[in-house]
Amino acid sequence: MPIKVLVAKPGLDGHDRGAKIVARALRDAGMEVVYTGLHQTPEMIVTAAVQEDVDVIGVSILSGAHMTVFPRIMKLLEERGVDDICVIGGGVIQENDVPKLKVLGVREIFDADATTQNLIDGIERVVAEFGRARKRTGAATPAS
Amino acid sequence: MAIQLERDDVDQAKDEWEQLTLLPFMERRPERRSSFRTLSGAELQRLYTPADVADVDYLATIGFPGQPPYTRGPYATMYRAQPWTMRQIAGFGTADDTNARFRFLIAQGQTGISTDFDMPTLMGCDSDDPRSDGEVGREGVAIDSVDDMLDLYRDIDLEKISVSMTINPSAWILLAMYLVAAEERGFDWKKLSGTIQNDIVKEYISQKEWVYPPKPAIRLVRDTIVFSTRNLPHYNPVNISGYHTREAGSTAIQEVAFTLAGGIGYVEEVLKLGIDVDSFAPRLSFFFVSQIDFLEEVAKFRAARRVWAKVMRDRFGAKKAESQRLRFHTQTAGASCTAREPLNNIARTAIEALAAVLGGTQSLHTNGYDEALSIPSEPAMKIALRTQQIIAEESGVAGTIDPLAGSYAVERLTSDIEAGCFAYFEEVEKRGGLVRCIEENFFQQEIADAAYDLYQRKERHEWELVGVTKYRDDTGNPKVELHHVDEAASERQLQRLRATKARRDENKVKTALAEIARVAQTDENIMPATLEAVRARVTGGEIVNALKPIFGAYVEKPIF
Amino acid sequence: MTRSVPVRVHRDLARAITAIENGYASFGDTLATLPARENGKASFVVGVTGPPGAGKSTLVDRLIEKFRAGGETVAVIAVDPSSPFTHGAVLGDRVRMQRHSGDTGVFIRSMASRESGGGLAPTTHDAIALAAHAGFDVILVETVGVGQVELEIVAVADVVAVVTVPALGDSVQTIKAGLTEIADLFVVNMADRPGASRTAVDLKHMVRESGRDVAVLQTIASEGTGIDDVMVALTAARASESSNAGRAVRFEVVRNIRDAAVRRALAVLDAPRGRSVLERLRAGELTRLEAREELLVYALAEVINAD
Repeated sequence: MPIKVLVAKPGLDGHDRGAKIVARALRDAGMEVVYTGLHQTPEMIVTAAVQEDVDVIGVSILSGAHMTVFPRIMKLLEERGVDDICVIGGGVIQENDVPKLKVLGVREIFDADATTQNLIDGIERVVAEFGRARKRTGAATPAS
Repeated sequence: MAIQLERDDVDQAKDEWEQLTLLPFMERRPERRSSFRTLSGAELQRLYTPADVADVDYLATIGFPGQPPYTRGPYATMYRAQPWTMRQIAGFGTADDTNARFRFLIAQGQTGISTDFDMPTLMGCDSDDPRSDGEVGREGVAIDSVDDMLDLYRDIDLEKISVSMTINPSAWILLAMYLVAAEERGFDWKKLSGTIQNDIVKEYISQKEWVYPPKPAIRLVRDTIVFSTRNLPHYNPVNISGYHTREAGSTAIQEVAFTLAGGIGYVEEVLKLGIDVDSFAPRLSFFFVSQIDFLEEVAKFRAARRVWAKVMRDRFGAKKAESQRLRFHTQTAGASCTAREPLNNIARTAIEALAAVLGGTQSLHTNGYDEALSIPSEPAMKIALRTQQIIAEESGVAGTIDPLAGSYAVERLTSDIEAGCFAYFEEVEKRGGLVRCIEENFFQQEIADAAYDLYQRKERHEWELVGVTKYRDDTGNPKVELHHVDEAASERQLQRLRATKARRDENKVKTALAEIARVAQTDENIMPATLEAVRARVTGGEIVNALKPIFGAYVEKPIF
Repeated sequence: MTRSVPVRVHRDLARAITAIENGYASFGDTLATLPARENGKASFVVGVTGPPGAGKSTLVDRLIEKFRAGGETVAVIAVDPSSPFTHGAVLGDRVRMQRHSGDTGVFIRSMASRESGGGLAPTTHDAIALAAHAGFDVILVETVGVGQVELEIVAVADVVAVVTVPALGDSVQTIKAGLTEIADLFVVNMADRPGASRTAVDLKHMVRESGRDVAVLQTIASEGTGIDDVMVALTAARASESSNAGRAVRFEVVRNIRDAAVRRALAVLDAPRGRSVLERLRAGELTRLEAREELLVYALAEVINAD
């Protein structure tokens, strides 16, 4: 089954060259990519992720505001009872912030020199390790 | 007849050279690639000879500096009179923080000011807007009102130093704030020199900072051009930009073609008001990147000048030479800088700066080695500035004008880029003009395709990145000291904003906003009402929001 | 915009759609995961189709606004083509509707067309049924109208709106004649462009010749012009007897027969009799024409004799 990825551009930053190339490359690797568009708030990103029921949220962030954006996204996912969507990120993210993000639950951070192949491999790895394989065997759980 | 003979002679001699010298040599030592391409993907010939430029007539095509077609430069003496303006961009935190950086740079020999604003200011949001959370003062300086503008340029003599502001959707508001700040400090508007970027067209296609849809946004640009033409004789009301288009992945031809197409669009808008082209065209200015492919860049700058001169003369019938004269600022390419082995970027920036100088730039920002990591630190800016100074003082190229003219390679590349531009202009006309092309994502698709093509060439190692894809040293990746983001700046700015709002007269604010809204619904010039509002300490976000119900909000249709 | 749908329902519906899309569970099982709804009213399913670039997403964005203003909850299923080579897809339609992101009365889901060759995703029908079961009053289904998808949308929608743009030169040749059979409504979008009136007139002519009563409207979706007229037409079609629902059932019957026939025919081709024909073709004992005729006889016999 195709992996479904949300490529998200939070904040006011308009640099989407990387995000769009990633979207195209993931499509070429057989994934289904939902692009959020620019100027997204964490609320909009999580709403889209929930409705699209993606496997992975990929956050593209170059503005330096990652220590505001990621915690907000992780908190919203928790509030909405979503525990099976993996969050990854890439862009301009200082090295010493990476461990802090991982503590929050962000699965992987890709640095600026990562190739799209790195990204594809990373997504497949993250989905295999943390994704919803366990749900594939049975029906969805009954309404709570 | 003489040219034809010469071409035939050279071609024949080249054939002989190929047979007798080249091919035998290649058998012993083959070339390392089957083809060599520029960064933009254009084929680079093994060798350029006079035969390759037989169609380039010196007098008609290359000419002399300071007169049409301006291929060799916009001024007759170029850097022999004075070097290009060394204009390192600065902006972070609050106005006080940035003012200190300006004064540092001026003390180090900078000759012009360039201001970078934070994302909220760039997007027309005040610092207390919910969308601004986490971004106030981070990627640039936070400016909410004239009070901030006064502190931003404190102790700087605005009549003596030119000030550039990199601002787009809210450019008309920031211009008003700048003018009111200057007025309150006793400066004469007629003596102010500087620029606002104010190029909204390129936002839709590359930088993606927008608020309103194209039609009303272009009206705002038009109004600033008209106001500036009438009131600010030394001011450039637009800096029509190709930098961002190239950074988004376009080719060199697209960079120039799409930029000049935008310029053509603005000229047409102003002409609709019945204003004579020669009265405003001389103050239109441009902004290009300088990328790492040296020869292509030098050719590109020269081609841009020649194309614009022809467009202004032939399409718009400009009579004044200054109307045909393209002047530009350059920034070295952020996209060429790597996060790995950041000090290598000093070499990249130096090559790019040299290309800009040999291309005849009027103003130059050189990137810091930390460009891929953060906003520039002081040490990085100092080295970047020194790089320019070394070129100006030590390299010798500033002592003669357009020294690469006549190079068979450079002249061929220049002419090719020029031809590519005119081909695009025809395409834009065929597709219904500038605004239609924006709405139908024509430019955006071309850029996305070029970006994807370059990305694939990199993946195939047809284009290498030293230290990253080739000569990669995994044992050592030197750490550099980065600009320290002051997380407390955001709170300081919010306090400043609260203080401004506490001091002002709310009735004046209401009246001023109502007046701007009224003017927006007519075809009157928006500037006088904006100046009034700004004097009353109305904030940028308040003005932008007041016009949203009238102008609408833009939503892009993304293409891949 | 007072009516809203709990976030929990958004999540359950989203997961249910994934389950049937990926084959993790049967339609019946996923239905059981959605809480029972008291809303007895049948959902109103509107299909919005047309060529790429016609402004469908922008129109859908406006329709969401209008339905919400009328107090109804809206689900949107936006189908985009999968790459026939890589089977991946970029799904960007929701960007045009993002101003409704904070409105819990709106649910937007993108689906890739997967194996259906550019048409509706095979499970779109089920996804719509799930959205209806979850209680959404209106379900807007947006697809790119190329090839056979126009017919498929008839199967899923109560009302079909075909969106097109003013064509330059010879107008409606770009619109296949068969569309007049399935459209309940034609919308000429970007009506401020040259050729809009001509296109509308040509469409009305085509409609008249088909004998059906189909409205032809003009809109500028990006500016919100003409949307009220579209809503009036949709409301009328919703109430009318001659709308799509009957056709949908007929089409489904035809499709089931066709699918069954194809399955039978393929079974024949794979069986010993069919394979031996292909062997003889490869060995040069039969021409292509002879091989085809023989296989047709076998396959048709199988289909006709099927119980």
